[in-house]
Amino acid sequence: MGKSDDRILMAHGSGGLMSQQLIERLFKKNWNNPNMEDMLDGAVFNLPPGKVAMSTDSFVITPLFFPGGDIGKLAICGTVNDLVACGAKPLYMSTAFIIEEGFPLDDLEKIVQSMAQTAARVGVALVTGDTKVVEKGSADGLFINTAGIGVIGAGIDYRPTRLQPGDRIIVSGPVGDHGLAILAQREGLRFDTPTTSDCAPLYGIGQALESFAPDVRCMRDPTRGGLATVLNEIASQSGLGIKVWEEKIPVSPVVQGACDMLGLDPLYMANEGKMVIFVAADRAQEVLSALHQVEESRAAAEIGEVIAQPSGMVLIETALGADRILGVLEGEHVPRIC
Amino acid sequence: MCLGVPGKIIELKEHNVGVVDIQGNQVSISVALTPEVEVGQHVLVHAGFAMEIIDEEEALKTMALLEEMMSYGEMSIDEPR
Amino acid sequence: MSRDDKEYTQALLGDIRSEKNQFALMEVCGTHTMAIAKSGIRELIPDNLRLLSGPGCPVCVTAQGDIDGMIELSKNPDVTLLTFGDMMRVPGTATSLAEERSRGADVRVVYSPMDAVQMAAENPHRQMVFLGIGFETTAPTVAVSIEEAYRRGLENYSVLSLHKLVPPALEAIFSDPDIKVDGLICPGHVSAVIGLSPYEVLAEKYHKPCVVTGFDTLDILEGIVMLLHQLRQGEARAEIQYRRVVKREGNPVAAAILERVFQPADARWRGLGAIPGSGLAVRPAYQKCDARSRFQVPEIEDKPIKGCACGEVLTGRITPQQCALFGRACTPLKPIGPCMVSHEGACAAYYRYTPVKGR
Repeated sequence: MGKSDDRILMAHGSGGLMSQQLIERLFKKNWNNPNMEDMLDGAVFNLPPGKVAMSTDSFVITPLFFPGGDIGKLAICGTVNDLVACGAKPLYMSTAFIIEEGFPLDDLEKIVQSMAQTAARVGVALVTGDTKVVEKGSADGLFINTAGIGVIGAGIDYRPTRLQPGDRIIVSGPVGDHGLAILAQREGLRFDTPTTSDCAPLYGIGQALESFAPDVRCMRDPTRGGLATVLNEIASQSGLGIKVWEEKIPVSPVVQGACDMLGLDPLYMANEGKMVIFVAADRAQEVLSALHQVEESRAAAEIGEVIAQPSGMVLIETALGADRILGVLEGEHVPRIC
Repeated sequence: MCLGVPGKIIELKEHNVGVVDIQGNQVSISVALTPEVEVGQHVLVHAGFAMEIIDEEEALKTMALLEEMMSYGEMSIDEPR
Repeated sequence: MSRDDKEYTQALLGDIRSEKNQFALMEVCGTHTMAIAKSGIRELIPDNLRLLSGPGCPVCVTAQGDIDGMIELSKNPDVTLLTFGDMMRVPGTATSLAEERSRGADVRVVYSPMDAVQMAAENPHRQMVFLGIGFETTAPTVAVSIEEAYRRGLENYSVLSLHKLVPPALEAIFSDPDIKVDGLICPGHVSAVIGLSPYEVLAEKYHKPCVVTGFDTLDILEGIVMLLHQLRQGEARAEIQYRRVVKREGNPVAAAILERVFQPADARWRGLGAIPGSGLAVRPAYQKCDARSRFQVPEIEDKPIKGCACGEVLTGRITPQQCALFGRACTPLKPIGPCMVSHEGACAAYYRYTPVKGR
């Protein structure tokens, strides 16, 4: 939208003329949304009948651009996937930007375009937003907050309290890719990995599973803290236990190799395009087959089951056949050497 | 105390720098401690160094030795077969 | 023939389970401690076989006074301290490196000593001090970094050597009548450098079998089977299970560079106290890279942490669960002693990978 060295100035956040220009030339141009034409103080829309789900998340990530995505794609996927996990069809989203003075306008435009493309893929409308500029040093480049609203179809009720002993646990694909892709970009770690972030909007999974309600009991996306952390959350919220088989949890050899090298555990690495699904045992095969038809869950695998005892705990059966507790992540998950 | 993983040498450069492939990940390491290493060999990587050249044949020898030692089935009480 | 054969794994386990005698085996290496806990081996072997954790986590055996010394050094405004990640959160008497960093100290995590040298080359106006922690596996890599700094003519790279040697610590364990160990699962990667001969001396002198073992689940099972076989026969030899990596003579190139750059020095160990000749100091010929000659590194007395039993845990006198603080006052989130901080510390490994029968 300008010269390649154009940067965000404090005036872009002043509410004055430059703010207006930024909104017109960047956001309205790329998002091309009738809701925005009126430039009201907020978005006004009708919702179809049904229960409404709402979710919000803030996105701070270094680096802003990474293999497989960028902060914009992530900001859409994060909120979309939270809505999908609630059983909702994502409909409308708000976006709010906190931008550090001096941020390159070209980068901002790339991020905004990435958000537009990701939203279009899901069919979610970006209907309202906000932009603030803070002084250099007050933010690390760019922070984004998104919030979203979706409507839940009849009969869908995904909650951990609906779990029953014997239910099967499915993960929609290999875990740890996002965490590793980001880690490999960090300063101080000098290695090249072909791994890209799995960052993806998962509405396709939500759609594929709609017809299985109420036998799909619960869904959750294993983001920060990874698969192990989400399983622990669900175990504790359901009051039941969880048992998984180490050998059945899909992890790509590249991710496993890098984790071995760095002393990390892929079960605790973040994902941005995976879903953990709890389903009644007698429907597990059908659900797996349905998932295998969806692009984002072609490698879905059954990894475990819900058990009555010990309640609130996650057990993992190791390759050797021993059960041990798969705990929650305590402290930082940092690379180690010794 | 000493995390080490196997990697395959895919390139050797000057000043004892080598590139290893660890399950598809590529890492620059020092081969100062294994100066005789050649491209294609597997090494044990620790702290950014090749510590030793790996010889998988030797692992099979250990296995053969142990199978003989245990006479495979006679000594164990809960033999799975 | 393939090592991935499940039947072979089961045969090894069956052999271990058939043992009826009481034996205590010590795994010396922290990486073994982690691997054993993670794979669940401890849960699958009979109660008459005990696996004790030894003094093999370099962060854990670093004396409290030495930790306080490095924390003092981090407060020097001219110094950037470079360290492997595990050292960051280890509590000193008053604070930790992580806390000092949050107060403005320049402390950075590196993956390799060569990265530390590179950072020194890129920052010629900062004094870069690498924290030399680790045993015979890591020490040669640090020795190479010192020679590299000389080759590149760097005036701002030095090492605070707190390196330790494994055989003197094993000698201390074997000669302590309070510590009951029947056989040693010897550290695979240390042995890749030092070879088998130090264990041959120990095995003969104390009549205890020693088996140099690798780190896969299968390696560890094989190592245990080899130890039990010797114990049943009343033998006490030094053997290598981990033959694909460890050679009898070790790595002569690594041993030579170690010898060139470092000389034996007295060292303090948490849990074992001062052991003559169990540490490594930078030789005078490489003085320029010796942080001790470049900076005032205070000699601080060891002030034990109240209630912390890391010293007893490190020497196999007690298991982590027998420490009064374990899992209550001391957790990985709020560690009191180093064995709970380091990923491969016995307490952290036990805490994270609790077998179900432990609860």
